[in-house]
Amino acid sequence: MEQEKLMLYQNMLFIRRFEEKLTELCKIEGKVPGMMILCTGQEAVATGVCGALEKDDVIIGNHRSHGHLLAKGADPNALMAEIFGKVTGCNKGKSGTLHLAVPEVNALCTTTVVGGGIPIAVGTAFAQQYRESKAITVCFFGDGAADEGSFHESLNMAALWDLPVIFVCENNVYSGAQRMEEHTKVKDIALRAQGYGMPGVTVDGNDAEAVLQVTAEARQRCLAGEGPTLIECKTYRWRGHGELDHQVYQPKEEIAMWMERCPIKKIEQQLLVEGAISREDIAALEESIAMFVDDAVRFAEESPYPAPEEALEDVYI
Amino acid sequence: MQQITMGQAIQQALAEEMHRDDSVFLAGEGIGVGIHDSPLMPTFGLLQEFGAGRVKDTPVSEAAIAGLAVGASVMGLRPVVEIMFNPFFTLASDQIVNHAAKLRYLSGGKSSFPLVVRIKTGAGGGAGCQHAHNLEAWAAHCPGLKVVMPGTAADAKGLLKSAIRDDNPVIFFEDMGLFFYPSAVPEEDYTIPIGVADIKKPGRDVTVVTWSKMLGVAFKAAAVLGQEGIDVEILDLRTLLPLDKEGVIRSVQKTGRLVVLHEATKTGGFGGEIAALVAEEAFSCLKAPIKRVAAPDIPVPSSLPLEQFYMPNENRLIEAVKSIVD
Repeated sequence: MEQEKLMLYQNMLFIRRFEEKLTELCKIEGKVPGMMILCTGQEAVATGVCGALEKDDVIIGNHRSHGHLLAKGADPNALMAEIFGKVTGCNKGKSGTLHLAVPEVNALCTTTVVGGGIPIAVGTAFAQQYRESKAITVCFFGDGAADEGSFHESLNMAALWDLPVIFVCENNVYSGAQRMEEHTKVKDIALRAQGYGMPGVTVDGNDAEAVLQVTAEARQRCLAGEGPTLIECKTYRWRGHGELDHQVYQPKEEIAMWMERCPIKKIEQQLLVEGAISREDIAALEESIAMFVDDAVRFAEESPYPAPEEALEDVYI
Repeated sequence: MQQITMGQAIQQALAEEMHRDDSVFLAGEGIGVGIHDSPLMPTFGLLQEFGAGRVKDTPVSEAAIAGLAVGASVMGLRPVVEIMFNPFFTLASDQIVNHAAKLRYLSGGKSSFPLVVRIKTGAGGGAGCQHAHNLEAWAAHCPGLKVVMPGTAADAKGLLKSAIRDDNPVIFFEDMGLFFYPSAVPEEDYTIPIGVADIKKPGRDVTVVTWSKMLGVAFKAAAVLGQEGIDVEILDLRTLLPLDKEGVIRSVQKTGRLVVLHEATKTGGFGGEIAALVAEEAFSCLKAPIKRVAAPDIPVPSSLPLEQFYMPNENRLIEAVKSIVD
C-alpha cells in the first residue's frame, strides 16, 4: 500500500509541476499556440483512476487531459512538443494541447467537444466486449458534460449492453463560468446512474487512494460482465477554464479553501507521518521532477516545427 | 445475372462482408427486428443469419450509434451503422463531423477509423421534410470523410464492399426510391473503387453530371433528347468525396457543355461544386453556360403534388439541356 501511495504522490507531483510550467510558458507571447486548459488541483482523479488500470485499458479524455495522459504513461517530451506545435509532438503538431491522442498507451482520443468522448467510449468498450478482451474503457469528462445529450444516450446504451466502461465525471464545480447549482438541479451527478440502471459512486476527488479504490472495484465489475459504473469525483478547478480566464466568478475564499485541500499535500502529509518519506526525499523528488519537466520543455523548444505542407498529410489513410 | 433491388444488393454486400471478415458488425435502429420489416430492406434477415452479437438493434440514440462506430473502429473493428433517415444525421453529426472525420488527423496519422455510416435518404415517399432531406453536400464539406451515393443496385453492392474494406470513415447514402426496382447485379464478389465516376451513357453534345436516384431522370431525359438529335453523356458521380475531378473534366472537354442534376436543393448543393470545378479548370472547353437542375430551396413538402413539384424531373432537365444546346 505504501508503494501505491508513493506512486500516486509522485505521479500527482509530476502532473502538478508539468501544468505549473505551462502556466508560466503560456504567458510568454508566441511560445505555445491556442488555449491552455490545465488540471492543476485535480491531479488525484487522473492518478487515482489510471492507478487502477492496466496498459491495455483504454482511456478517452476531454479538453483538460494533460493529467489523464501523463497518468496513463504518455511520454512527457512528446506531449510537451505537441503542446508547442512541434513535429516531434505525439500528434505531429496536428492536435496541440486540446486534442492530444497517445495510442501507444491506449489513450485513444481526447476531445474538446464537451461530452463528445462519451459515445466513443461506448464504442471502444463495445469492441472490448466483442473481442472478449480482458481490458476496459475509462471515459473522463467534467460536470458540464453531464448536461449534454451524448451523456444520456451513451450511459443508457452502455448499461443496456453491460459494456465494460467506467464513466468518470470529474466534477470540478464549474462548467465554464457556471457553478454546479447554476447548470444542474441535482447535487450529485452520480445520482443519475440510477436512471440508467448502473451503480453510481461519489468519491472525494482529492483523495487519490479513494479514487483508485472505487475505480478498481468498478473495473472488477466490468471484467465480471456486470457492466458500467458512473463515478463522480468531487474536486475543484484551481485555475480558470483556461489560462486566459480571469475567474471573476470564482470566490477567492473558495479557491483558497480548496487549495487547503490540495490532493498532493494531503498524501504528502500522510507519507511523512507514516515515515514512508522524509523531507529530504521530497526535495530530491522535486529536483528530479523539475529536471524531467525542464527536459521536456527543452526537447519541445529545440524541436523543429512541421513543414507547412505537412498540414496536408494524415487526413486519409 | 440476378435481377435484384438496391436494398437487396446492399443486403448481399453486408452479408458477404460479414462472412468475409468477423470484425464487421452492424448497429442501428430496427436493423434486426424493425418497424420496416420487408425483404426489400437492406438488413433483412441478417439478424437471423449472424445473431444478435453482430447485428445490434440499438435504442433511438443517433449520437451514441455514431460514437459506437467511432470507438469500435479505432479498436480495429469495422462497424457499419445505420442512420434510419437522412435528417437524423443532424443528431449523429457531432460524432461524424467532429470525431469520425477529424480524429485520424488529430492523432497525427497514428489512428484509423474504418467505419461506414449508411444513411437512408430521398424524397418521394410523402413522408415530409423531417424524414427526407438530402444532406450529402454537408457530409462532402468534411475533409476526412468519404461520401458515396450510388445510383444503381450493382454500384451499391460494389461500392459498399469497398466502403467496408476502406480504412477511412465512409458515409454511404442510399436512396430509398431505388430499394424497390430490380436491376442486374453480378452475383460474384466484386468491388467498385470509391472516387471513380462512371459514364453510364456516352454522348457527344452535353454532359449531365448526376448521382443517386436522379440517374433515372437523366436516362429518361436522354431518351427524349436523343429522339431530337441531342446526344447526352450521363456521368454518374457515384462518389462525392473524393471527387473524380478528372472524370468530370474529361467528359466536359469532350462535350463542351455541362448540366448538373441532383435531388437536393440548389443553393449550397454539391452541383455548385461541380460547376465551380469546371469553371475553374475547364472553362475554355465550354461552349455554353453551365446549368444546374435541382430542387427549389424549400423543405421537402408532404402532399403528393407539392412533393412532385419539389422533385427535379426529366422535363426540367430537358429544358435545361435545350437552353444550352443550339
